[in-house]
Order: sequence, then structure tokens, then C-alpha cells
Amino acid sequence: MNHLLIAPILIPLLGGIIQVFIGYAPISLRRTLALATTVLLLASTFALLVLANDGSYRVYAFGNWAPPFGIVLVLDRLAALMLVMTAILAFFSHLYAIHRTDESSRQFHALFLFQLMGLNIAFLTGDLFNLFVAFEVLLIASYGLLMQGPGTKRTVPSLHYVVLNLTGSALFLISVGMIYSVTGTLNMADLAAKVPQVSAENLPLLQAGGLMLLVVFGLKAAILPLCFWLPRAYGNATAPVAALFAVMTKVGFYAIVRVFTLIFGSGAGALANLGLDWLFAFALATLTMGVIGALGARNLRTLIAWQVIISVGTLLAAVGLGTEEGTSAALFYMLNTTWIVGGLFLVVDLIAAQRGSAVDRIVTAPRMHNRTLLSVLFLIGAVAAIGLPPLSGFFAKLLILQSTTPGAEMAWLWSVLIGGSFFTLIAYSRAGSIVFWRTVDGHVSSTDRLSLPVTVAAGGLVSMAIVIVLLAGPISAYVDATAAQLFNTSEYLNVLNLPVIAEGL
Amino acid sequence: MELAYALIIGTLTASGVYLILRARTFPVVVGLTLLSYGVNLFLFATGRLVTGGQPIIGSTGEYADPLPQALVLTAIVIGFAMTAFAVVLALRNQADNEDDHVDGHRPAPEPRAEEEEGASR
Repeated sequence: MNHLLIAPILIPLLGGIIQVFIGYAPISLRRTLALATTVLLLASTFALLVLANDGSYRVYAFGNWAPPFGIVLVLDRLAALMLVMTAILAFFSHLYAIHRTDESSRQFHALFLFQLMGLNIAFLTGDLFNLFVAFEVLLIASYGLLMQGPGTKRTVPSLHYVVLNLTGSALFLISVGMIYSVTGTLNMADLAAKVPQVSAENLPLLQAGGLMLLVVFGLKAAILPLCFWLPRAYGNATAPVAALFAVMTKVGFYAIVRVFTLIFGSGAGALANLGLDWLFAFALATLTMGVIGALGARNLRTLIAWQVIISVGTLLAAVGLGTEEGTSAALFYMLNTTWIVGGLFLVVDLIAAQRGSAVDRIVTAPRMHNRTLLSVLFLIGAVAAIGLPPLSGFFAKLLILQSTTPGAEMAWLWSVLIGGSFFTLIAYSRAGSIVFWRTVDGHVSSTDRLSLPVTVAAGGLVSMAIVIVLLAGPISAYVDATAAQLFNTSEYLNVLNLPVIAEGL
Repeated sequence: MELAYALIIGTLTASGVYLILRARTFPVVVGLTLLSYGVNLFLFATGRLVTGGQPIIGSTGEYADPLPQALVLTAIVIGFAMTAFAVVLALRNQADNEDDHVDGHRPAPEPRAEEEEGASR
């Protein structure tokens, strides 16, 4: 039992508690401590990535209660990948938040760190009910974060977001209850072992529970019929919050991948590959909807928010293929899209601050003060998001296209993905050329000059598009190994047999 | 007992869903509360309904499953906190927009009909 496994939960928890108590301390102290917490978290997740890279499962049993009776944390390649991705995104968002966002509220850093704690619990947990608790922790922090910032424009989107997620939580509890009533367990490894043995009369109950879980995770991931809350909520959130929320939809994606390959995967007997064909169709519809939304966006933030939905559709379409190659390609694309979308939210905020009353609307305005730097950052972000060569988005989409086998699925995926990319290109070109090229004479009286931290934060996230290309070899080797580990579900069942007594306590 | 229990869960959930679909924040908050009551009772029933049993195997002939009870306890605590937050948010909406419509304002067409409906409730 390795105690390092709990570090990504404890570090933001302790850092957040400190922030709660020092709300009236000088802001420089709060900023230093908060950023130190995030850096420490980043270091611990990299340590876990190195640990997980040997391909074995590591288990942390709370209170030394053996699974399936106690709650366990399970570290595997997928969990480590999600942790590192979140920590890098969180570091840059946090760096950006220190610019000005955190002045509006004394609890900003505490909420931000609790949000990270909730995310990390969700990625590490090996228990379905604990996943529910993690969702609630990250959601209640996100409710607070969404309300950050001046003005009243966030109230209504927040209200919709809260009500929708509370209803989603109710559905989650109902499906968890259904699954428990049939299998008598909520430990994921134990569920994977027991689901194939469920008797025929109980099967419909389990099937209903499983499909309701898909609805709940679909709400978190924002797939088509459940995605209309997202553009308004993300479009109105302050930039670092919106950037961090780029990972929120990936929690839903992660939960779908975890539950529907492990518990309802190919080894689930009568319920094998439950919901997979639904997922593929809905994912393509989501992708189309996202592209339509991006084409119709009237301001840059909304455009990026629709990009989140496009990426969810692309990710789930690749996972919906139900193959190892598809999942591997989806994980590669996920790294690209999460960082780039987060970076674009930050860049757009910098652009908005230099355009006076035009803010981020796609209209002509006086030229920006730092137009060269900002336009290059926007160009890199847009090229990576659309998937044009030579940046990471191109390779990610290429991997997804390559993962299909000839047939109806291939025809659908290729046509929707390539057509969607083309129209996304039009949306970004239109927005970029109006904002950067069609400028009018005159100048904006009070512009925000770029400071070093915000430039580093926005530039750092966007330049991940180049980093991913440079490290494409190791990253694709890692995601291939992750997908292989995911699909070899029988290995996961060993979680139940691992000795939990800590040696040399 | 099972039938009465199931009917109660069904009534609570149906009322909750109906109220959540209303256009004002107050019924929506009440609806969320009713829905969470229904869900909590449902979760409790997933351990099967047992009367007079103890939550320890072997102490009585029939034992009551303790795990759903723990789950319900967690769900109640979380639901309580979330309801409190939803109430605060509804008040904020009322203060910011001077209206408790869930969209912050009444829809533009037919404002009269909406007003009458609001007054009759």
C-alpha cells in the first residue's frame, strides 16, 4: 500500500483548508500559498505517472478495510494520465487567476483547490458510490467558482447549471441503487466480477441502472440532448474558471470510459458493451451540434464553449467504436483538446481586455495593443483545435480516423469528423479575421497591458500543441499502453486480491 | 408494506419532477427537495425492506443491510447542502433580476397569461 496515492487528494484539501482560514491575510501570501499547493500537486501527479507507467494496479484502502468492503483508491495508467492532465491545466489556470480574478472573492483559491480535490477523487476512486461523492465535491466547488466575478450575468446560467446537476445527482443515486440492489456491491472490481453472473430475472434492472448511469455521465460530459447548459455557463464564467472547466466534461468522459469498459465491457456476459451503439450515434450528433453552434457564435467565448462540445463529440465517437485503437486515439485527442481549449479561453480573455467596449464580440474594433502576440497565440490555438497540420490536433484526429475499420461506422465517422473540421475552420477563420484584421482607426483608452504571469499562463497552455507534437512518440506509446490496460479487464479484478496490510507501517 | 412504500416513492418523485419543470425558482427548489426525498427512500429500499432485523449478520434471523443506510445518510447530507445552495442562488436570482423566473425574466410573448398563472398560484 503506497501512501503517495492519496497525495493528489490530501494536498489540495489541506491547501484549501488553509485558504479558508486565511481569507483576510494579505493577498500576496494567499496567492503564494495557493500556487505552491498547485505546484506541489503537479509534482505529486508526475510521481504517480511514473509509478503507474509499469502497468500494474496500485490500491490504497482507506482505514485498511479490504475491498470490496472498504473504499479503495486505484491507480492505473488511465487515472495517472487524467491526474497529470488536470494538474497541468490547473497550474496554468491558477497562474492566470493570480492576475486579477482572485481579487473579487476571498474564497476563490479555496474553491479552486476543492475543485481540484473533487476531480482527483473522481479519477482515483475504485468505488461507484465514492465516484458520486467525488462528483458532488467537484460540483459544489464548481457552483461557487461559476459565480465568481463582477456583475449579474452569471446568475441565470449558474441556476440552470445547479438545477440540472442536482437532477443528475438524483439520477446517479437511483442508478447506483438499482445496481446495488441486484449485485450487492459498489466496488468497481467486484461489480465487474458480479455483473456477468446476474440472473436473467434481475437483468433488466441492472440494464436500466447501467443505461441511467450513461445518462448521468452524458450530462456531465455534455452529449447532445444534455449539452445546452454548457455554452452559456462556460461563456459567462471568468477566464481561469472556464479554462479549468475544460476538464469538467472530461470527468464525464472518464467515467464513461471507466464504467463502460470495466463493468459493462466485453466481459459483462448478457450486458456486454451496454450502450455502446447509443454512444456512437449520440456522439456524432453532438459533434454536429457543436459545429453548428460554433458557426453561429457571436462572441469568442461562446465559440470556444462550443469547441468544448465539439471535442466531447469527437472523444465519445472514438470511444463508441468500442475498440482498443479507438480508445487510445481518444485519449491522445483528449490531452490535446483539454489543454488547447483551456488555453483558448485564457487567450480570448486577454483579447477581450484590449478591445474596450467590443470585448470579445466578433465585430470590428480598434486595433489591440499586443495584437501580434495575441494573434499568434489565437492562431496556434485555433489550428490545434481545428486539427490542421502541423500541430497536435491534426495528429490526434488522424489517429481517430485511422482507428476505424472499413464499414458503416467508418463512413459515418470520417464524413462527420472531416466535414465538422472543415466547418470549424470556417468558424475560426471568420472570427479571427474579423477580430484581428478588420480593425478600425482609433485606440481604446484604457487597455490592460499584458503582465508576465498571464502571458506565460495563456502561452503555456496553447503551446502544449507544440509540446504534444514534440513528445508524440512517448505520449502515443503511453496512451496505447493505457488502452491495452483498460481492455484487459481481468487484470483489474486483482484489485480485490491485493494485500492491504501496509508493510512496515 | 412494499406496495405502500413503492407508491410513496412514486408520488414523491412524480411531484418532484412536475415541480422542477415549473417556470419559477421556488417550485423548482421544492421539486428538487421532493425528488431527493424520493431518491433517499429508493436507496433505502435497495437493501430490501426488513422489519425487526439488526444490521449484523447472525444476530437475528433476518438482517437489515447496513450499506444502503450509510449511502442514504451520505445522500441526505449532500442533498441538504445542495438544497441550501439552490435556495441562496434562487434568492440571488430574485435580487439580481427582480423576478424569480428561472430564465431571469418572463418570456416576451404573452406576458399577461404568465402573470395570471403566477398570481393564481
